[in-house]
Amino acid sequence: MAVPLHHPVDLLRFNTSGSVDDGKSTLIGRLLYDSKSLMEDQLEALERSADITGGGQINLANLTDGLRAEREQGITIDVAYRYFATPRRKFIIADTPGHVQYTRNMVTGASSANLSIVLVDARLGVIEQSRRHSCIDALLRIPHLVVAVNKMDLVGWSEERFDEIRTQFEEFLPRLDLKDVTFIPVSALHGDNVVDPSPRTPWYRGPTLLGHLESVHIGSDWNLSDFRLPVQWVNRPNHPSDPRLHDFRGFSGQIAGGVVRVGQQVMILPSGFTSTVKEIWTLDGPLHEAFCPQSVTLVLAHDIDVSRGDVIVDPASLPGAGSILQAKICWLHPRPLQSGRKYLLKHTTQTVQAVVTSIEHRINISNLEQEPAAPELAMNDIGAIRLKTSRPLIFDGYATNRLTGSFILIEQGTNATVGAGMLLPPTELAQPEYRDFSI
Amino acid sequence: MSGYHLDHLQYLETEAMHVLREVAAEFERPALLFSGGKDSICLLRLAEKAFRPSEIPMPLLNIDTGHNFPELNAFRDRRAVELGARLIVRTVDDAIANGIAVQPPGQISRNHLQIPTLLAAIDEFRFDACIGGARRDEEKARAKERFFSFRDSFGQWDPKNQRPEIWNLYNARLNPGENMRVFPLSNWTEMDVWEYIRRERLEVPKIYFSHLRQCVRRHGQLLPVNELDPPRPGEPIFDLIVRVRTIGDIVSTGCIESPADDVDDIIAEIAAACVTERGSRADDAVSEAAMEDRKKAGYF
Repeated sequence: MAVPLHHPVDLLRFNTSGSVDDGKSTLIGRLLYDSKSLMEDQLEALERSADITGGGQINLANLTDGLRAEREQGITIDVAYRYFATPRRKFIIADTPGHVQYTRNMVTGASSANLSIVLVDARLGVIEQSRRHSCIDALLRIPHLVVAVNKMDLVGWSEERFDEIRTQFEEFLPRLDLKDVTFIPVSALHGDNVVDPSPRTPWYRGPTLLGHLESVHIGSDWNLSDFRLPVQWVNRPNHPSDPRLHDFRGFSGQIAGGVVRVGQQVMILPSGFTSTVKEIWTLDGPLHEAFCPQSVTLVLAHDIDVSRGDVIVDPASLPGAGSILQAKICWLHPRPLQSGRKYLLKHTTQTVQAVVTSIEHRINISNLEQEPAAPELAMNDIGAIRLKTSRPLIFDGYATNRLTGSFILIEQGTNATVGAGMLLPPTELAQPEYRDFSI
Repeated sequence: MSGYHLDHLQYLETEAMHVLREVAAEFERPALLFSGGKDSICLLRLAEKAFRPSEIPMPLLNIDTGHNFPELNAFRDRRAVELGARLIVRTVDDAIANGIAVQPPGQISRNHLQIPTLLAAIDEFRFDACIGGARRDEEKARAKERFFSFRDSFGQWDPKNQRPEIWNLYNARLNPGENMRVFPLSNWTEMDVWEYIRRERLEVPKIYFSHLRQCVRRHGQLLPVNELDPPRPGEPIFDLIVRVRTIGDIVSTGCIESPADDVDDIIAEIAAACVTERGSRADDAVSEAAMEDRKKAGYF
């Protein structure tokens, strides 16, 4: 883990998914082990558990299967996060379970990922699980996909087998609208093509898995074109003696899209008031411009009433607005989604009441085909729904912006997070409420 | 690569600021746990980044085991004054005197007694959220921890009943008596913490840097000589150049032999280190599931 001093590196978030026995945990263990990201005491703990359960053989999967319940059941039951670094990048791994009933955890791990690794067992080829995982990655619009064809040692390092699996996968890809897909033949157990190139696959000329993770371009994974600042917190020092701080009024939040500059005209939604950016305040001094996903505090030229849940936008690229919405939703809770039920909906920084007015169809996540309208969506189902909210949302389609196009549903009473929603593109753009009123 | 790109520390910073502002906006009575340790020092700076030029809109809370390093308490008190923040200290000593915490006979470490003391403080001030500096890279059970970690009315963590966290949308809703622990540094590693301390030029207590200290070797660890758990008969005492890597209470915090006397040295040392940070804490070595058990009982 030799990180050179004073060398800024960027950060790649990826998730791994696969079936129960296709060696996902072993692959992560291998990445950590071969990139020298393991420490002596972690190795010792591994060796201790090897003596108990592994008959003396170090089991790299023990590195990631953290909770006791998992070790007992031998499967990963929740999302676990791992960290490692190379001189080129820092990595956050969301290790998400592959077992069929845990789609919700995969959605969780994938939601913030730049890249997803789908593991395929070379002996089994593309199976239902591989399709499901790729479909979820596609629905969540993960920018980059890696298909790691694992256990190549068990198919004699066969180029034909690798090509066969690639063809199986490619037949199914056009439906998914995935832009960047890379195939790599590996053996997680033996380490081939994980960190070091394998001498046993001379026919493969692509990068190793780590080589690819270190070099894939992630600079355009955020929306940098449509400025959006959902106001998170109104910053009013109300300082009793310092007159500058007495009148300071800033709007704090994380930029959810685009770039903002001092002097730029902005519009506050839903009110529609316009103003210009007077200052981009940060603790480190004022900025000339700021971009997604920076957290900043904007000071506007006019004294306008702005509160949490409002969105500050560029009037030249207006978002959608509306309280009648269409979305795809992944259901996360054992109590099924039924049309007519009311939930709380959290979108950017506001929480509103919402009623699910209809379930349009269920999405078959093995092929993304629509199935006839179901009366309800069960846990791990993905479907298309219509919603009505108590207040209009200021939003973008999820395909345009993952931050302003996503929401969660919360069950009232238990406060459980029950649904993860992705909004379809708006049918109407925001219409300022006070169109003729300009300050 | 375009100019609109954050490096890893800037990314971790904006993520943590977002989490802190969500806490300020969504909870009525949050508190920020501040021990004076390196992680909570980063937390305080992030709170300044999130809330200045306003005051930090929450008090600082420290659970003092009574076995804290004296250097740490002095640092804690001074920083609170410098920041103009309200500091609340609740002590395990008082909790024992009031019968809130009970020390098992023969046990010296008070680490686990922080649990009832913290829960009593939450009850006393009716805190609905406690912000802590825990990181997922510290330990296996923490690797599954959420940013917003839901605790039931007994303060317990149920790893099977955590709320899914999707995108950057945090569900902060609670029923009366329930509580949230919030960990803005979830995605930080030990290296990130030190790199941030260097970038932000943050002051840290001197015990993180090498100094001369009397130590004993016990169970493979170097423990500082202290009055609470004095050297045992026949146990040799060594004068060593050491520093601490992580700070718990004085009877269970191991020292490492190290010449690192500034932040650059520490970063170089971590880059070359071959034992994880928690490897120097006796409380985790007990069993592989040690942290999982403490967290289920309401530990930070």
